[in-house]
Amino acid sequence: MAGMNLTLKVWRQKGAQDKGRIVEYKMSAISPDMSFLEMMDVLNDKLILKGDEPVAFDHDCREGICGSCSMYINGEPHGPENLITTCQLHMRSFKDGDTIYIEPWRAAAFPVVKDLVVDRSAFDAIIQVGGYVSVNTSGNTQDANAIPIPKVDADKAFDAATCIGCGACVATCKNSSAMLFTSAKISHLAHLPQGKVEAQQRALNMVEKMDELGFGNCTNTGDCEVQCPKGISLDNIALMNREFLSASLKAEK
Amino acid sequence: MQELFDNIPEGPLADKWTKFKADAKLVNPSNRRNIDVIVVGTGLAGGAAAASLGEMGFNVKSFCFQDSPRRAHSIAAQGGINAAKNYQNDGDSTYRLFYDTVKGGDYRSREANVYRLAEVSTNIIDQCVAQGVPFAREYGGLLDNRSFGGVQVQRTFYAKGQTGQQLLIGAYQALSRQIHKGTVTMYNRHEMMEVVKIDGKARGIIARNLITGEVERHAAHAVVIASGGYGNVYFLSTNAMGSNVTASWKSYKSGAHFANSCFVQIHPTCIPVTGDHQSKLTLMSESLRNDGRIWVPKKKEDAQAIANGTKTALDIAEDDRDYYLERRYPAFGNLVPRDVASRASKERCDAGYGVNKTGQAVFLDFSAAINRLGKDAVEARYGNLFQMYEKITAENPYVMPMKIYPAIHYTMGGVWVDYNLQTAVPGLFAAGEANFSDHGANRLGASALMQGLADGYFVLPYTISNYLADDITTGEISTDHSAFEQSEKNVKERLDFFMNNNGSKTVDHFHKRLGKVMWEKCGMSRSKEGLEEALAEIKAIREEFWKEVKVPGVQNSLNQELEKAGRVADFIELGELMCHDALSREESCGGHFREEHQTPEGEALRNDKDYSYVSAWKYKGENQTPELVKEHLKFENIELKQRSYK
Repeated sequence: MAGMNLTLKVWRQKGAQDKGRIVEYKMSAISPDMSFLEMMDVLNDKLILKGDEPVAFDHDCREGICGSCSMYINGEPHGPENLITTCQLHMRSFKDGDTIYIEPWRAAAFPVVKDLVVDRSAFDAIIQVGGYVSVNTSGNTQDANAIPIPKVDADKAFDAATCIGCGACVATCKNSSAMLFTSAKISHLAHLPQGKVEAQQRALNMVEKMDELGFGNCTNTGDCEVQCPKGISLDNIALMNREFLSASLKAEK
Repeated sequence: MQELFDNIPEGPLADKWTKFKADAKLVNPSNRRNIDVIVVGTGLAGGAAAASLGEMGFNVKSFCFQDSPRRAHSIAAQGGINAAKNYQNDGDSTYRLFYDTVKGGDYRSREANVYRLAEVSTNIIDQCVAQGVPFAREYGGLLDNRSFGGVQVQRTFYAKGQTGQQLLIGAYQALSRQIHKGTVTMYNRHEMMEVVKIDGKARGIIARNLITGEVERHAAHAVVIASGGYGNVYFLSTNAMGSNVTASWKSYKSGAHFANSCFVQIHPTCIPVTGDHQSKLTLMSESLRNDGRIWVPKKKEDAQAIANGTKTALDIAEDDRDYYLERRYPAFGNLVPRDVASRASKERCDAGYGVNKTGQAVFLDFSAAINRLGKDAVEARYGNLFQMYEKITAENPYVMPMKIYPAIHYTMGGVWVDYNLQTAVPGLFAAGEANFSDHGANRLGASALMQGLADGYFVLPYTISNYLADDITTGEISTDHSAFEQSEKNVKERLDFFMNNNGSKTVDHFHKRLGKVMWEKCGMSRSKEGLEEALAEIKAIREEFWKEVKVPGVQNSLNQELEKAGRVADFIELGELMCHDALSREESCGGHFREEHQTPEGEALRNDKDYSYVSAWKYKGENQTPELVKEHLKFENIELKQRSYK
């Protein structure tokens, strides 16, 4: 097969201070079996041999679990398909002659580092103020089966805990809100007896940090849920709001 | 010949770890805050170690090359984690987990280390549940188990197909808690470039800030390497793109030994390569072999017709299919261990029966299971895996058999360590996949996660304290020492070299060539002739690499090609060492299959009389053949037997 011809319009930005611009690249003989990032590898190989700088982008596991890859493709985080990350997107989702726009995540709290690479350390900062159970790693806790946990709660905790921290929810939100990310962690831990004890303080601290870092508010558009590669549910935001509200009321007493 | 000391405590096997903990020296809490520890890597071993040491009150500096510690490649582990809890009441015990691990490792691991691993395995599950790791549960609310990889008990704990993710997030959260408390300082997007030794002891590292390009000095009283395995020496593997050997390799070059490097694990069920553009391989969980039947056509012309696209699997009559695992291993059938299944696939494909364009694929067929159990039952068991397969290949595995082929998955070899997980360099420790210690020549499924967390949470905190007890009066280590200056100079010279080389070929060009040589000649099966050819070919690649490698961009900025260049330079050297190691081991055991050493039926032939040792290689300088140092393994509790799956 001869493969596809494509026109790429890629965001190029030398560093945080640079203004940045879209640059056009023509691609030929792209196999539909390639992953999207392998297509980017082909582009970069060409650029290097020409003596140009390759396009910088974050990627690591290339199987949809590490959360590194983060491309805004034709106006959608992780591209046109649902429930996958950029690295799981394959070129058979495009057709010969297509023009593809590739941009970084856009959010004040995720400044661009270079080209398509952004700084997502704000997510780490949110977790650091409370996204854990405060237990030491002694190994001398109680037996793992000492507290039975209803399967339905364990499953809900698991579903929320599958968040990969990629930031697609923030990138797609018109307010750059981190509510889905933050609520997923609050919800994961609040569904388990081990995390219940600190649930309200956790919600207060994490929400406060989220606001401080410049993430916007939630206006219930719901785009985050649609674009989340792991299908994290909006229900988590409702749970977080409940925890936050009751914690705020207690704090006022 | 130089001796290596394993430092295993005296006494009966089951008492050694208890005795060690009772005798170990401690550091008083008020002294701990004056002692610095560097941990390189934030996977299960590194993340758990940094969190635990920080919690104890040491001053920890944690490094990872990713943009967040949560992205370390432990996150991609699918299946589960073993622990001898015996919740299923099926006869499990610490001893049985120990026995299975030593036997599964084809008797090339150290009894005392493996016993300790089995002993602390139960603490891991308790610890993770306390942290909020959402393991799978039964309707009664208690933890569920599954069986895994050819053992006779159900001891594997899991969280759907994302066990590694959930355990890593647990360790990441524990680490985040310490970062908040100020006991751990996190250095994201930093790459460790060199170990710094002062008076023979590890006293720090040189790291490059990958965003600014700045070369930084970091001092400490002890350094832990927990940077994972080296499967990417093959270019194509199930490892993440950034997984690399650099931290381990720099440790080796600074005086630590590199052990058993030829012991690599090849996983039989991965999605086959589709073309030259391929950048990585995706694993399909081993659990698929519980219900899938592996076959190739009996007739070569059928295999060719399928490869050309004129026939499909569905056109091949039942009588014309060769279920070769069931034929060769009637007792275990499709459930033979990973190494045996992988070699059998290679044998059929090499003989011309491969079923895709590249000739390197076999069928994994669920039609019998679908007929027996119904499509819904198969979907309930494997639905997410079938969906993942379809996303990647655009073929529906409910209708058309999957195509699979073996791929590099895990490396048993690594930095040599003693019982304390300390390398031959005092103060330099290695943990998790980066060390060689617990899996011998072959790792059992669901044991990698167990080892990473055991090393990080429960072993290193004791052994490092024991070491640091002598450092309480040392005071702060100064980065002005000439050793830091020299190491920094070496690092900068190498970076400058890459930036100024102006060659004609990309880093990936060399990496792919290296990978091809390694896969063909130091992969699933090895021969003296092939390994000698490989050594000559890798030498040529190495020479050409240094002449022709091209790194664009600038040093003082994010430069991913520069990062790759340094990593590939180390992989090339490692490839040579692996061939030396494979050449010197004149036996077949575990993942290491030497064609000269097989039974008339083509099975692996171990040689316990002459090769019951760890091959620990010592660096002797540029262009010098490394020195082989042997640590003889003593089996006092387990009788050595030939594995048979017939």
